[in-house]
Amino acid sequence: MLDWSILSFLIWLPILGGAGVLLAGERNVTRQLALAVTVLTFLVSLLLYTHYDLARPGLQFGEQLAWIDAFGIRINYALAADGIAIPLIILNCFITILVIIAGWEVIQYRPAQYMAAFLIMEGLVNGVFAAQDAILFYIFFEGMLIPMFLIIGIWGGPNRVYATIKFFLYTFLGSVFLLVSLIYLYQQSGSFALQDLYRMHDIDMHAQLLIFLSFLFAFGVKIPMWPVHTWLPDAHVEAPTGGSVILAAITLKVGGYAFLRFLLPIVGDMAAEYAWLIVLLSLWTIVYIGFVALVQADMKKLIAYSSIAHMAFVTLGFFLVFLIQRLLPGTASNGAIMALQGGMMQMVSHGFVSGAMFLCIGVLYDRMHTREISAYGGVASRMPWFAAFFVLFSMANAGLPGTSGFVGEFMVILASAKANIWIAVVAALTLILGAAYSLWLVRRLLFGEVRTDAVNQLQDLNRREFLVLSLLAAAVLWLGIWPRPLTDLMEPSLHQLMEQVMLTDVSINELGN
Amino acid sequence: METLALLIPLLPLVAAIVTGLFGRQVGRRGAHWLTTGAVGLAFLLSLLVWRQVSFGHEPFEHTLYLWSVVDGVRMEVGFLVDNLTVMMMLVVTFVSLMVHVYTIGYMHDDPGYQRFFSYISLFTFAMLMLVMSNNFLQLFFGWEAVGLVSYLLIGFWFRKDSSVYANMKAFLVNRVGDFGFILGIATILIYTNSFNYLDVFRQFQVGSSLPFEPGHLPGLENTGALNVAMILLFVGAMGKSAQVPLHVWLPDSMEGPTPISALIHAATMVTAGIFMVARMSPLYEMSEMALNLILVVGATTAFFMGLVGIVQNDIKRVVAYSTLSQLGYMTVALGASAYSVAVFHLMTHAFFKALLFLAAGSVIMAMHHEQDIRKMGGLRRYMPITYWTALAGSLALIGFPGFSGFFSKDLIIEAVHESGLVAAGYAYVLLLLGVFVTAFYTFRMFFLVFHGTERMDDHTLSHLHESPRVVTLPLILLAIPAVLAGYLVGPMVYGDFFRQLLPSDMASVSSIMVHANHQTLATEDFHGAFSLMLHGLMAPAFWLAMAGVGAAWYIYLRDDSWAERLRTRFSWLYRLLENKYYLDDFNQKVFANGALYLGNSFLTLIERLVIDGLIVNGLGRVVRWLAGWFRRFQTGYLYQYAFTMVLGMALLLGWLLFAVSA
Repeated sequence: MLDWSILSFLIWLPILGGAGVLLAGERNVTRQLALAVTVLTFLVSLLLYTHYDLARPGLQFGEQLAWIDAFGIRINYALAADGIAIPLIILNCFITILVIIAGWEVIQYRPAQYMAAFLIMEGLVNGVFAAQDAILFYIFFEGMLIPMFLIIGIWGGPNRVYATIKFFLYTFLGSVFLLVSLIYLYQQSGSFALQDLYRMHDIDMHAQLLIFLSFLFAFGVKIPMWPVHTWLPDAHVEAPTGGSVILAAITLKVGGYAFLRFLLPIVGDMAAEYAWLIVLLSLWTIVYIGFVALVQADMKKLIAYSSIAHMAFVTLGFFLVFLIQRLLPGTASNGAIMALQGGMMQMVSHGFVSGAMFLCIGVLYDRMHTREISAYGGVASRMPWFAAFFVLFSMANAGLPGTSGFVGEFMVILASAKANIWIAVVAALTLILGAAYSLWLVRRLLFGEVRTDAVNQLQDLNRREFLVLSLLAAAVLWLGIWPRPLTDLMEPSLHQLMEQVMLTDVSINELGN
Repeated sequence: METLALLIPLLPLVAAIVTGLFGRQVGRRGAHWLTTGAVGLAFLLSLLVWRQVSFGHEPFEHTLYLWSVVDGVRMEVGFLVDNLTVMMMLVVTFVSLMVHVYTIGYMHDDPGYQRFFSYISLFTFAMLMLVMSNNFLQLFFGWEAVGLVSYLLIGFWFRKDSSVYANMKAFLVNRVGDFGFILGIATILIYTNSFNYLDVFRQFQVGSSLPFEPGHLPGLENTGALNVAMILLFVGAMGKSAQVPLHVWLPDSMEGPTPISALIHAATMVTAGIFMVARMSPLYEMSEMALNLILVVGATTAFFMGLVGIVQNDIKRVVAYSTLSQLGYMTVALGASAYSVAVFHLMTHAFFKALLFLAAGSVIMAMHHEQDIRKMGGLRRYMPITYWTALAGSLALIGFPGFSGFFSKDLIIEAVHESGLVAAGYAYVLLLLGVFVTAFYTFRMFFLVFHGTERMDDHTLSHLHESPRVVTLPLILLAIPAVLAGYLVGPMVYGDFFRQLLPSDMASVSSIMVHANHQTLATEDFHGAFSLMLHGLMAPAFWLAMAGVGAAWYIYLRDDSWAERLRTRFSWLYRLLENKYYLDDFNQKVFANGALYLGNSFLTLIERLVIDGLIVNGLGRVVRWLAGWFRRFQTGYLYQYAFTMVLGMALLLGWLLFAVSA
């Protein structure tokens, strides 16, 4: 435990740092300042891991301040983190460093504002993961939209206006329902504190269904689930490289995280009731998106679609829990925790892998200014180091054992077999589909003869790019070869979450009787 | 002992990393010395482990580190080293060492020299991890890792379109197998909650202690979890060991450099499936359904792939189809519960097939990378060492008495003959016919390459010479076990070599287990290798092989008009074989094009038309239309607003009055 407000530090240092960067303006120190802030934030975030007491599962590093206490409304500035939030916070702090480095000389247009947007984004996302008050969460959750909106809108591609509006409206529409649900819950319980909401075991079934649907929509758009996913490919294609990296590596995780923090423990009854629906949707997404990704002509879109398929494993894992519990109620090690672990591992891994894939595409785009796969071919001849990294990350994308991409998929597939072998059969199709779209991309980009002059003049990675990709490669391999530090960190908190989820589930049985 | 075992895979790994990342710094000489030295050392250490495990009778199981513990399931990386493992380790490190040495000569002028050495060392590491594993997780690791290196090596010449097509195809087809494999592992996990081999064997023997709901396998309740798991695992083996219909990647994999065809696509990786089934013999013995399937698949592969070998003209492809066929033989042995014979054939095949591939490579070098056997001939006079070693390999392949392949193949046929399974009859007939086919295509190739007239162009002819010593030395060193390894038949098949008890709290698990009902080759029938040979001379298999050689000799050396006459007479068969039963076309049309068609339909119909077109942008249009409509009220004229207010007021009052009175 630490006796200082580490979570506040992790939220406000980047935000204030961002303000500082804005003030510093277009000077040489701007980039150094931004980098220093992110590195410091990352180092501090590591303290969360080293000082988290595994013997006491659950929330630690708690902070609480009365924030708004007027007109009978009480909103607290309450922060805390557990084994579910900590990996995501560290992931966020890690990826932001890479984004700052990756934009170092690539961004020439308003670099200070660019860096500041990412720093503020980092702080807000840390806020989302640490908030223990529903309204505080909501504010961070919504606040995140603003820097991302600006990043795509200012530094984006030619069709950025359509993409930003679509992105904003999609996610905002979800959030409105979320807010209504939170207000209803407040009326019933008299508190916005998450812990109090978890104790509500007698929410009216009709209301619970509506809350479930609003949560599902709000977080489902974010993660994103089929069929509310179409904002993602458009946003990615228009976003600058850094924006894509944060979008894929971090903001999608907010959706998954919110499922665990809100939907499962608060309206667990409805989640159990409709788990089959989400499981079916996830399976359909895995297969459908696999085929759609295969035929993309734009490499960024291809990776964007593959992100959707990977995130379907997250929702699959999270909602499998209920199917498993129905089949083997209350049995220890019945696969439910493995399903949750799989979903979480998939989120962390996807943060590294998708981030790396988008950075790789950025490397090519910076040189060739096109994302059309057909414009490439034979890149490996000119850029051997790049090719080595790209093959590694593509293999991770295809879930090769020894890389992080394997761990989550593997666990979810195993857990789904515990629920029903046919779910596993469909989920395991990703082994084939994922390999098909990843390797076909590799083949078309890297292999074959060099056919165009532009490709022939490509320069291999510079030192900055090499550094960024090496760091990601190290992370991808580390999680693949030894995921235990991470699973050990998450396991107790997931057990605790499971208890909360099942508690609500018990109450529905009592009501039924 | 544990450190020793650990060093064996780690040495090639370190060598691979160093040569891979610092290829420029270590240079070409550094690369081959480093990797060859590491693999050589690994081979020597394997010999030490062999001594300890086999002669010291100390098989051991050891956990290296805990990969993760999730939901009560321990996922580990660790070793189980018994006689079965030791044999595989010796084969892998020995063949790998030979291939390393050979590569120094074969890849001499290639710009990717260091990269190549890095890859084959990495492969050696992955293969060792696969065979030394003590659990399913690591097995899957090794399984996919060898697939990855195979992918990298088939596409080693990545500028060539045919090789990057072949490597993607290989990976994807293997992934289809892995799809079954991972589901098999999952099914086992449902039952046992464990990945550890010994633990799983124990639990299946005593009946599972964990709650097992039929709900796990809806629709398959009658099949039984064990049958389902074993069949699914075998699907994985079909991918890796190239069994019909997942064999299509292996012939194309010949696009890779020849040394890796020898190492990966003949001697080691493709036998991983055979090894896996043998390793799982305590489980397979409980599933006759799976065994029958294995028999059918294996026999089909053995015979029908051999037939295709007859019409191939590329020297490497002939050997590749022969590998498919021989893998089929091993698979049949597994199905007949003669696991030790399967593994024995795996070993002899590793030697003679690696030898044949390397000899083919030597020929290809001499021929200036011409691979068409119709353009060769008479090489016997120019390449004596290659000739004699290739002859030894060919005789071993067709099972000529005294050569290693004789012992292993004859016993496979014998075992199938004795097997009581339903599918054994089918397998027996096909295997016998396969013997003729094997002898025919082997000596067709042999005669066309080494005998007869020189059919190459003058330039090539004038440059013909024996390959350098780094190439011929591995040939000679491989020829020795290719001839002699068969005499190990006593201990390996009839003896206790594979009946070694495993270090388990349950004393009844041995390396290879055979159910009493499935016993085929009885120890008391064995009277030494020599009597086996005498017995073999009178068996139909021998005469079929001789007929095959004779036919090849007559058709291709004596009277070559016969080849043409047969081809026109049986043109339908010839076309069928030349098109490889049209399976590649089928896969391309149905799976590859079908997937693209499906993807495009999803994209245009669902993604663009329905979701984005109708719903998302449609909502946007509705909002704009509504706004446009409502905008008409916002005229800005005060009198209109006042009028609207009055109207509204009147309506409200009216409604109130009405509501109150009602």
